[in-house]
Amino acid sequence: MLSFIIFSPLAAAAACLLVPRSRESSVKWVALLGSLVTFAATVALFILFDKDEGGFQYTERVTWIDSAAAGFELQYLLGVDGLSVALVVLTGLLTVVSVLVSFAIGFRQREYFFWLLVLEAGVLGVFCALDLILFFLFWEVELVPMYMLISIWGTGRKEYSALKFVLYTIAGSGFMLAGFLILGFEAGTFDMTALRDMEISDAIIPMNALFALLIAAFVVKLPVFPFHTWLPDAHTDAPTAVSVMLAGILLKMGGYGILRICITILPEQADDWALLLAIFGAINVIYGAILTLRQVDLKRLVAYSSVSHMGYVLIGAAALGEVGLMGASLQMVMHGLITGLLFVMVGLVYERTHTRQISEMRGLAPSMPFVATAMVFAGLASLGLPGLAGFIAEFTVFIGSFERFEAPALIGVFGVLLAAGYILWMIQRVFFGPADEKWAGLSLRVHWWEQTPVFMLGGLILLLGVYPTWLIDVMEQGVVPISERF
Amino acid sequence: MIDWSESLQHMAPILAVAIAAGVVLIADLLPIPKKWLWVIALIGLAGSIAYSIWLLADDEQGSAFADTLVLDNFSAFFQILVAGATAIVVLASVGYTERFRVREGEYLGLILVAACGMMLMASTTDLIAIYISLELTSVSLYILAAVMKDARSTEAGLKYLLLGAVSSSVVLYGMAFLFGATGSTNLNGIGEAIGERYDDIEVAVIVGIVFLAGGFAFKLATIPFQMWTPDVYEGAPTPIAAFLSVGSKAAGFAMLLRVFYTCFADAEVADDWEVLIGGMAAISMTIGNLLALRQTNLKRLLGYSSIAQAGNILVGVAAISAGNGEFSIGAAGTMFFLASYAFTNLGAFIAIIAISNRIGSYEIADYAGLGRRWPLPAAALTLCLVSLTGLPVTVGFWAKIYIFNAAAQADLWWLVLIAVANTAISAFYYLGVIAQMYLRDGDQPIERRPFDIPLSFSVAATALGVLVFGVMPIPLIEAAEHAAQVFAA
Repeated sequence: MLSFIIFSPLAAAAACLLVPRSRESSVKWVALLGSLVTFAATVALFILFDKDEGGFQYTERVTWIDSAAAGFELQYLLGVDGLSVALVVLTGLLTVVSVLVSFAIGFRQREYFFWLLVLEAGVLGVFCALDLILFFLFWEVELVPMYMLISIWGTGRKEYSALKFVLYTIAGSGFMLAGFLILGFEAGTFDMTALRDMEISDAIIPMNALFALLIAAFVVKLPVFPFHTWLPDAHTDAPTAVSVMLAGILLKMGGYGILRICITILPEQADDWALLLAIFGAINVIYGAILTLRQVDLKRLVAYSSVSHMGYVLIGAAALGEVGLMGASLQMVMHGLITGLLFVMVGLVYERTHTRQISEMRGLAPSMPFVATAMVFAGLASLGLPGLAGFIAEFTVFIGSFERFEAPALIGVFGVLLAAGYILWMIQRVFFGPADEKWAGLSLRVHWWEQTPVFMLGGLILLLGVYPTWLIDVMEQGVVPISERF
Repeated sequence: MIDWSESLQHMAPILAVAIAAGVVLIADLLPIPKKWLWVIALIGLAGSIAYSIWLLADDEQGSAFADTLVLDNFSAFFQILVAGATAIVVLASVGYTERFRVREGEYLGLILVAACGMMLMASTTDLIAIYISLELTSVSLYILAAVMKDARSTEAGLKYLLLGAVSSSVVLYGMAFLFGATGSTNLNGIGEAIGERYDDIEVAVIVGIVFLAGGFAFKLATIPFQMWTPDVYEGAPTPIAAFLSVGSKAAGFAMLLRVFYTCFADAEVADDWEVLIGGMAAISMTIGNLLALRQTNLKRLLGYSSIAQAGNILVGVAAISAGNGEFSIGAAGTMFFLASYAFTNLGAFIAIIAISNRIGSYEIADYAGLGRRWPLPAAALTLCLVSLTGLPVTVGFWAKIYIFNAAAQADLWWLVLIAVANTAISAFYYLGVIAQMYLRDGDQPIERRPFDIPLSFSVAATALGVLVFGVMPIPLIEAAEHAAQVFAA
C-alpha cells in the first residue's frame, strides 16, 4: 500500500514524459489523473488506518542493502502512524491542488509535471520511511526536482533562489547524514522503530552535539531563524504550484523530522535543548511577523508569514508534552492547508494583474469577487479566527507550551496579534478602497481548475475548524507515544 | 626457487594486457587496417578480465616470483577495475584519435603498457616492484599526456613529467627510510619488523610514512602533489584525462592501501598516520572544491573535482581503525568508492568527449541549451554529475554514505563533518553545469558527424552502470568487501 502510494507518482511522472511532444497540452490530464490516483490511495489509507491500534501500520520491510558486517544495513522499511498518515494525506491533496493550479503552465509542460510528480514521490517517501538511511535518501530526492521547478518555471532571480534553496538543504542534510551515521554506529541499527525503544546515552561525540547534527537539516527546512533566508527567495521566485508544495508540505518535513527523529530518538537531549528551541520558536514568530508587516510584495508577504507560523511548530514541539506536540502536529497540517490556499490565491491575483506589488493594487474586490472572497477567507484562517482550522492548532500550541515555558508561549500569543495586523492590512490594501482605473477591464471569469482547489482547501479548513476531532483522534495515535518518551 | 608455471598463471591477467600491448605495436608495422589494433587491444583487456574472474571464481590465491607479486581478492578487484576502465577509455578513443590524427599504434600500445603498470601497482608486495610499476605507469602516461603535440598538450606532458619526477624521488626517499629502519623491502617483512620493535624505529618509520604518503599523492591527485591535475586534464587528450582520473587514481589508491594497511596496520602506528591521511583528505577536498567553483572550462573543472573526490576517497583510507575482524571497513569503503567513481567519472568524461567532439569546445558556457538540443548525451552527463555530487538514486550516493559510515565507525567524526560540508560546496559547481545545459538557451553549432558506435556504447555502459548500481549497489559493495578481506583488521 505505502509502496504504491510512493511509486504511483513516479509511474505518472514517467507517463508524462512518454506523451508525444505534438500532444504536449494533454500532459496535464495525465498528471491530474496520476495525482488523483495517489490522492485516492492516501485517503483510503487514512480511512483504513486503525487509530485504536498502537505502533506503525502498513509496515513493509525488505532488506535492500545487506552489509551488516560493515555496520551498513539499509532496509526498505515503510510504515505510518497517526502523525505521518495525516501528512501523507496532506501531500496527496496538495499535489492535486498543485497540478490543478498548474493548468495554465505554458511551456515545457512534460518536464514540468514530471518534476512535480517526482517531488511528490520524494516527499511521500520522507513521511513513510522508517529507516534513517532510507529517510535520508528520500530527503535528497526532492533536491533536483525543486531546483528544476524553481529555476526553469520561476520568475525573477529564479536561478539564484533555486541554487540557494539547494545549497541550504544540502548543507543541512549533510550534517544530518553525519548525525545519522554516528547514531547508527552507536545503536548498531538505522531502524527507527528499534531506535525509539532504545536509550542511547553515549556516542563518539557529545550527545548534545549529536542532537544538533540531527536537527540541522530540520531547522533549515522548517525554517528556523537565522536559517530562514532561503525561504522568501525560493517562494517568491517559484511558480505558484511549487510555492504551494513548498509551504504546504516541504516545510512540514522539517517539523516532522524534529518530532519523529530528534525528539523521539534522543528525548533526553531534546529536554536539554527544549528551552533554546522554544526561544528560537518565539523569535521566529515575532521576527517573522515583523518582517511580514514590512513586505511590499504579496507573495513575499505570505512567505514570511510562513516563517512566523512555523515558529508555533517549534514552540509546541519544545514543550515536549502531549498537548504541545499535538499542537505542533496540528499546526503543520493546518498551516499546510491555509498557506496552500493563500499561495493559490496569490497566484490567481498575479494571473490577473501580472504584478505582485501591493502598492500597485487597490480595490481589487469588485473586479475579482471570487478571488477576493476566498482570499479574505484564507486570511482569516491564517490569523487564527476561531471556527477555522488555524485557531485550533495555535490554541493547542499555546496551552501545551504554557505548561512548560510561559514566556515563549506568551510571546507567541503576541504573534497572533501581529498576524491579524499584517493579514488585515494586506487585504485592505489589495482588495478594498477606491478601485484603480487600470483594473476595471479584468475578466471576471474563474476557470474550474482555479475554483476546485479553492473549494477543496476552503472546505477542509472550515470542516477542521468546526469539527477537528476526526483528525485529532488519528494524530493522537502517533503523538502520544512520542510524548510518553518523557 | 621460483615456480615459473604457477607464477605465470598468477600474473596471467597482467600478462594478457602486456601481450596485447606487444601485439598492437607489432601489428602497427604490418600492412593491415588500423581498426584491427583496437580489436586486439580490446581482446587483450577482455581476456584479462575474464581470467581474473575465473581466478576469483576458483578462489585461486597465491604469490608469484618469490613473493614479489601476489594474487589475492584485493589485486583481482583492482585488476578487473583497471582493465575495465582501460577498455572503456579505448572505446572512447577510437573516434578521438581519428579526429585529431594521433598515431593509433603508439597511443594504444602506451595505454596498454600503462594499464599493465597500474595492475602491477595493485599486485605487488615489494617496495622495489612497487617503484618499478609506478614508473612504468608514469612514463607511459607522460608520453600520452603530450601525444597531441600541440602547445597545450606538450605543456601538460612536461608539467606531468616534472612533478612526477619530484614525487618519485620523494617516494624513493620514503622507501629508503623504511628499508633502513626495518631491513626489508617486502611489505609483510616491514610490517612484522614494525610490529616487533616500533618503539626503536618510530622516527624513521614516521618519516617514511610521511614521504610515502606525500609521494603517492601524485598518483592520487591530492595535496601536496595535486597542482598538475587541472593543467594536465585540460591539455592532455580527453580520453587520457579520463584514464588518469580513474585508472591511475585507482592504482594509486590500491598501492596506498596495500602499503599502509600491510606495513602500518598496527594500531599504535595507525594512530600516528590516521590524522595525517585524514588531514590530507580534508585539505584536498576543500581546496579542490573551492578552486573548482570558479572554473569556466569543463575539463579544468573536472580536474579540480578530481582533487576533491580524491579527498573523499582518502576518508576511507584514514578509517583504518574501522574493522570487524572479517574485513577492513575502511578499505572496503575506499574500493567501493573507487568502483563507483570509475563509472561516474569515466561517464562524465566520455559524455564530454561525445559532446565536445561535435561542438568543438570545452567551455561550460558553450554547453548552454544542450539539454534540449541534444538530450541523450546531456542526460548522461547530468546523471554522472548528480552521482559526483552524491545525490540519490545514483551509485555516488551510496559510495559517499558507505565511506562516511566507515569514517564514523573509526571515530573520525571531524572528518565526516568536513566532508559533508564539502558536499554542499561541490553541489554548487556540479549543478552549475547542469543548469547551463537545461536552463539557458544556446546556439553553439552541433557539427553533424557519423554515429560513433564505440563512443556511444561506452557512454551508455557507464551511464547505465551509474544508474543500475544506484538502485542496486550491493554487487559492488560485496565485491569491495570481499576484496577487503585481505586486510582483516
